[in-house]
Parts: sequence; C-alpha cells; structure tokens
Amino acid sequence: MTTKIFTGAQMVVKALAALEVKYIFGYPGGTVLDIYDALFQQTDVEHILVRHEQAATHMADGFARSTGEVGVVLATSGPGATNCITGIATAYMDSIPMVVLSGQVPSTLIGDDAFQETDIIGCSRPIVKHSFNCRVVEEIPNIIAKAFYIASTGRPGPVVIELPKDLLMPTSTGEFHIEIDVKMRSYNPNIKGHHKQIKKAVSAISDAKKLVVYAGGGVIIANASALLTELVEKLDAPITNTLMGLGGISGTHKNFIGMLGMHGSLEANRSMANADVILALGARFDDRVTNNVKKFCPDATIIHVDIDPTSISKTINAHIPVVGLVDVVLQQLLDELTATNFEPNKEERADWWQQINKWREVNSISYVQEGDQIKPQRVIEAMYKITKGEAYVCSDVGQHQMFAAQYYPFAKPRQWINSGGLGTMGFGLPAAMGVKLAFPESHVICITGDGSIQMNIQELSTCLQYNLSVVIISLNNRSLGMVRQWQDMVYGGRHSSSYMESLPDFVKLAESYGHVGMQINHLDELEDKLTEAFNIKNRLVFVDVLVDEKEHVYPMQIRLGAIDEMWIKKGVKS
Amino acid sequence: MRRILAILLENEAGSLSRIVGLFSQRAFNIESLTVAPTEDQSLSRITIVTRGDDKVLEQIVKQVNKLIDVIKITDLTERSHVERELILIKVLAMNDKSRTEVKRITDIFRGSIIDIGKQVYTIQLTGDAQKINAFVNTLANETEIIEVVRSGCVGIARGEKALRV
Repeated sequence: MTTKIFTGAQMVVKALAALEVKYIFGYPGGTVLDIYDALFQQTDVEHILVRHEQAATHMADGFARSTGEVGVVLATSGPGATNCITGIATAYMDSIPMVVLSGQVPSTLIGDDAFQETDIIGCSRPIVKHSFNCRVVEEIPNIIAKAFYIASTGRPGPVVIELPKDLLMPTSTGEFHIEIDVKMRSYNPNIKGHHKQIKKAVSAISDAKKLVVYAGGGVIIANASALLTELVEKLDAPITNTLMGLGGISGTHKNFIGMLGMHGSLEANRSMANADVILALGARFDDRVTNNVKKFCPDATIIHVDIDPTSISKTINAHIPVVGLVDVVLQQLLDELTATNFEPNKEERADWWQQINKWREVNSISYVQEGDQIKPQRVIEAMYKITKGEAYVCSDVGQHQMFAAQYYPFAKPRQWINSGGLGTMGFGLPAAMGVKLAFPESHVICITGDGSIQMNIQELSTCLQYNLSVVIISLNNRSLGMVRQWQDMVYGGRHSSSYMESLPDFVKLAESYGHVGMQINHLDELEDKLTEAFNIKNRLVFVDVLVDEKEHVYPMQIRLGAIDEMWIKKGVKS
Repeated sequence: MRRILAILLENEAGSLSRIVGLFSQRAFNIESLTVAPTEDQSLSRITIVTRGDDKVLEQIVKQVNKLIDVIKITDLTERSHVERELILIKVLAMNDKSRTEVKRITDIFRGSIIDIGKQVYTIQLTGDAQKINAFVNTLANETEIIEVVRSGCVGIARGEKALRV
C-alpha cells in the first residue's frame, strides 16, 4: 500500500489500471474534465472517443461480449449520462458485464437542478444490476473494484457509478487504497448446483425418451461450450440454441437442430413441443421463444439450470430447478452421468432422431432465389462462404438480424454479437467497433439494414480516428423490413411509416467519412464484390447491398399459438 | 393472499428506493411498508405487506433477494409470527356523551388517549391489522374521525427463529 496522495480523478484512473482495464469508451464534458485530465497524463488506460455516448455503451458492450471482460464507459453528467441509458438497458437485458462511470454536478449543487444535472442513479435504477453514489474521495477505488466484481460475477450486468465533480477536482485528495478481492456480506452468488437437484436432473435425463437440450446465452457467458458439447455428445440429444446462445455449440454439429423460437427452425420448435424432458441451460423461456405459454410443451418435464433464481419458474414452471453457474452445473451433470454409468438407449434415441429428421426434411430455413433481385438470405450465405464461417458477426436489429442468425452457422461462442433482449437498433456498428478493437486481426462484420445503420451512423467518424476496419454489410431494402413484414402479415399491408423515402447515398456517405463505399445491385456481382470488400485491409468498407424489399423472414411462429405452430412460408402453415 | 415480508438490507443511500422501484417496476403490490435501522446501524429492516398468489410471491422473494443491498428476506406469514401496527387517531369529542363513549371504546380495545384538545381526543392503539380496523370502524360509528395515521405493519417470528446477519 502506498501512502501517496491522489486526487479523486487520479484515483478513478488508477483504479481502472489496477483492474487491468485497457480501453474506456467515452465522451468528455464539464463534470468529468478532471478524469480526462488524469487520463491524458498516463498510458495504462486508453480512452476511445466516440461521437455519441450511446455508442460508447454499445462499444463497451461489444468489447465485453467478445472478450468476456468488463466493458467500461465514461460519460459526463446530464445528457452524457442519459445518452447511456439505451446502452445500459441493452447490456442489462443480455446480462453483459459493464461499468458506467458518470460525472455528476458538485455535491453541494445536487438537487438544485444545476446545469447538466440529472439523477442518473434514479434514471438507471430499473436497468442496472447495481449502482453507487460516491460521497467520500477515499471510497472511489473500492467502489470501482466492487462495481467490477458485481458486474462480472453471478448473472453479469451493468453497474453505474456516479462521481460528483467536487470529489474529482485537485482540491479533493486522499490516500489511494484498493482491494481487488471483493467480499460483500449481501452478495454471494450461488455457483454450485444443489447435489440433490443434480441427482434428480440426471434421473429425469436417464428416463427420457425424447430429450431436448435448450441452451441460451448463459452458456456463452459462462464459457461452457466445451462442456455443453461434451454433454450433448454423451447424451446423443438434439440441441437447440436461443438467439443469445448461438455458437454455444457449433452450428454445424450433427446434434444441432437450429435456433428455436419466433424465427427458429421447425425441427427445433417441434422437438421442444414433443419432448418428454427439456434440459434448459442458461436460458430464460423468453416470450420470443415460448410463444403462448399456456400451450408451451405440455408433456415435458423441465429441468432449468440458471445462475439467476428469478429466471427459474418466472414464465414457465420448472419441475427440477437447479441454481448455479452453467459451467459448474454441466460438470456436475457429467460427473453424475458417469457415476450412474449412463448410456443413451440406442433404440429410443434412433426413434427420436428419426422423428426429428422428418421435421428437418421440411427444410424450414430456406428461400427461393428468383430473378436478378438479390435475396437477403443469399448475402448472408455469401458472407459465410467468404469468411469461412470464422468472422465475428455483430448485428443490428430487424430482418437482417434474423437472416444472419438463420444462415450463418456459428462455430464458436462469442462470435455472434447481437442485442437479443432489448432489441436495440443502432447496436450493431458500435458493438462491431468494440469487437474490432479487441480482435484487430479478425474479420469483424456489422450486419445491418438501411434503418438500423442510421441510428448510430455518426460512429463512422470514430472508426476513422481509431482505424477500426469493420466490414459493414447493409441489407438495404429501402424500408424498415421487420416492421413492414408485420404490417404485411398483421396490418393488412398498410405500410405506415415503414418506408424510407430519402435514403442517403451510402457509398458517398462512407467516402465522406474517409472510408471505402461499395454498392452491390446485381446477383451476379454479389460474391465477387463481397470478396473484394473482405480483401481490403485496414480500411472500413461499407457495402450497401440492394436486396429484395418484399422478402419476409420465415419460418415464423403464429401469434398466440404453441411453440411449433408456424408459418413455414407465405400461406403455408406447419 | 396477504403476506408479510421482512427484509434485512444494507443501510445505504438508495437501498429503499431500489426496493420500492422493484415493486412498481414489476407490478407487485405494496399494502404497507415500514423501514428503520436495526440495533446495528449498518442494517435496515423493512417490513412489507403485500398480496399475491404463490407464483407472484415466489417472484417477489426472489427478485428482492437479487438486489445487491439485500442480505435476507423472509415471509413471516409462512409460520407462526407476531404482527403489530400502531395507529394514532384524532376524533371529535364534543360533549360528555361522546367523550365517555370514546373513552369506553378505547379502554375496551386497550388503547390510550394521549392528547386532549378543546373538542378532540387523540388516541394511540397497537395491534394487528384486524384489531386496528375494528377499532377504527367502531369509533367511526360513534363519532367523527378527524385524522388517522397508521405506522404500517411490523412483524417478528415467534420462538427461537430470528432474522439476523
């Protein structure tokens, strides 16, 4: 422990360095100028200047999702802090470790409606895992250490820290002391599954004739995909992933039956509907998965493994709840299976797989490429082929997101980065930037559309400043595709405000920001031009692909139906 | 079903607002809420009376437990417990008849008159919610109620069982 005296601002930066933070994403302003001054005078922590604070949160988020580390954001009080709200909510819904440092007006002015004052703790309360006010300068380092601990353990999530300016200024000094090993009497995330529950789960699994493994984002967060694959192979069970869980097992694994849910494969949804035992791992029975909960998998015994007890029996009642970290519980399950000499019943499995393969034959994830107009699905397939399935794919929200999830089988965890829970348009580009910063040598794609990309397009400027050579592939259908699809299907084809009448010239736009712009308009040039885009090194390439604006995402669950009641294609029910 | 939840949590800025925010955010019901520090000043104890079926109550308990500040939560109504509420009530006592009657009712309910004005009595009473409701109704039949303040319910488990760190 050193006895040297530091200002509050210096303590913030020192604490971040002590926690081995490499990058911090932010935007300066009045109340945090002292922190910026402290950042200027050191080299441990690099600050990335965004063009809008929302992008800072998504960038930190993309960094966190791809690396598993905590993403760190710095914003000034008032508008800086409120601009972070959407990004905090995005991270909260998808359980992403994030720490947001927000400036605040001096303590003496709090409550006076001072210039750029907002109660950011109050504003963010429903969308954070926890938050801290700092009131004493010496507390700053340990509050930051606690914030990191809370953000990254248990079910991860965002933590907000409010730093009043008077604590940061040169007049506010104290001794620096930080305890990295945090202990809290009120927070001890339960990590190991209860022994009796493990036994019960294995007994149910052993008796199952029609077993399905349903794995979500928890598997990715817990770095449990090797164990998951081992379990699935041992059980010889079909496995489906949620949108958040894609990559938890290789998308080309023989037991993988595709994504489930609203735009999942028929075989995944049907297997769930017909299962006698469902093993849910780090998934939360989201409404985009279950469809009508009253009709959800009536015959299944549900084993639900999750680190967050509130996720268990929230929407769907779990018969065998197991609270614990997915990786730890997977190991426990594997050990118990070995201890009980488990072998899958070959005959029963064969029957089950035969049934599933019948559903597979429907080929529900398919499309027809007619005419010269490029089908959006074809772009994803080309993208997969050119990048050999190895790229990081960061998605915005809409039809392109679903097409990417359906047509790009992810080989590894953390390769698929998307806003699943909140569904935040504008997430894709800044998230991709965060990933590119972490993995500069890898292909990082931002898959987007003409709607989503315009929600954080200003970040093209940040990309130039830090040479973040993301490949942006925009499926340009001149409309808000998913909105339009719903209007076609549910609202009698009345396209209320879903048509974009004044799109910019994206090629010129990219060029004006100093990047490479490219447009693809013909099917026969698709692969060549995309290949060219991926071959351009150290430049951001914006590929504007004009796609068929009438294409819908299929299959699609029928509203209020069971999980496997789906439109397979236009006018064709499952 | 009516439930009494006892919560032990860190006595820190914002911890109460997190509890209240959680209830409104998730559309849980609060019938009454009381909060004060315990003998250990670093801890607060909250008593919340709520209503809901088993599924809702399970979510409430889990969601409250998930808050970082919360150390323990228990449903007192699950087992034998004592609950008490304090009421201060100001009633019109204008003439001999009503004064006598108010005094008589107060005695029967084992309350006490703690202040007297020219035309009003202020009465203090403790008990469970049922007793307090009965007292208020009885008084209302006899005279005019000027003002009522209720503390909200507090509760504790019977016997050796205790909610502590």
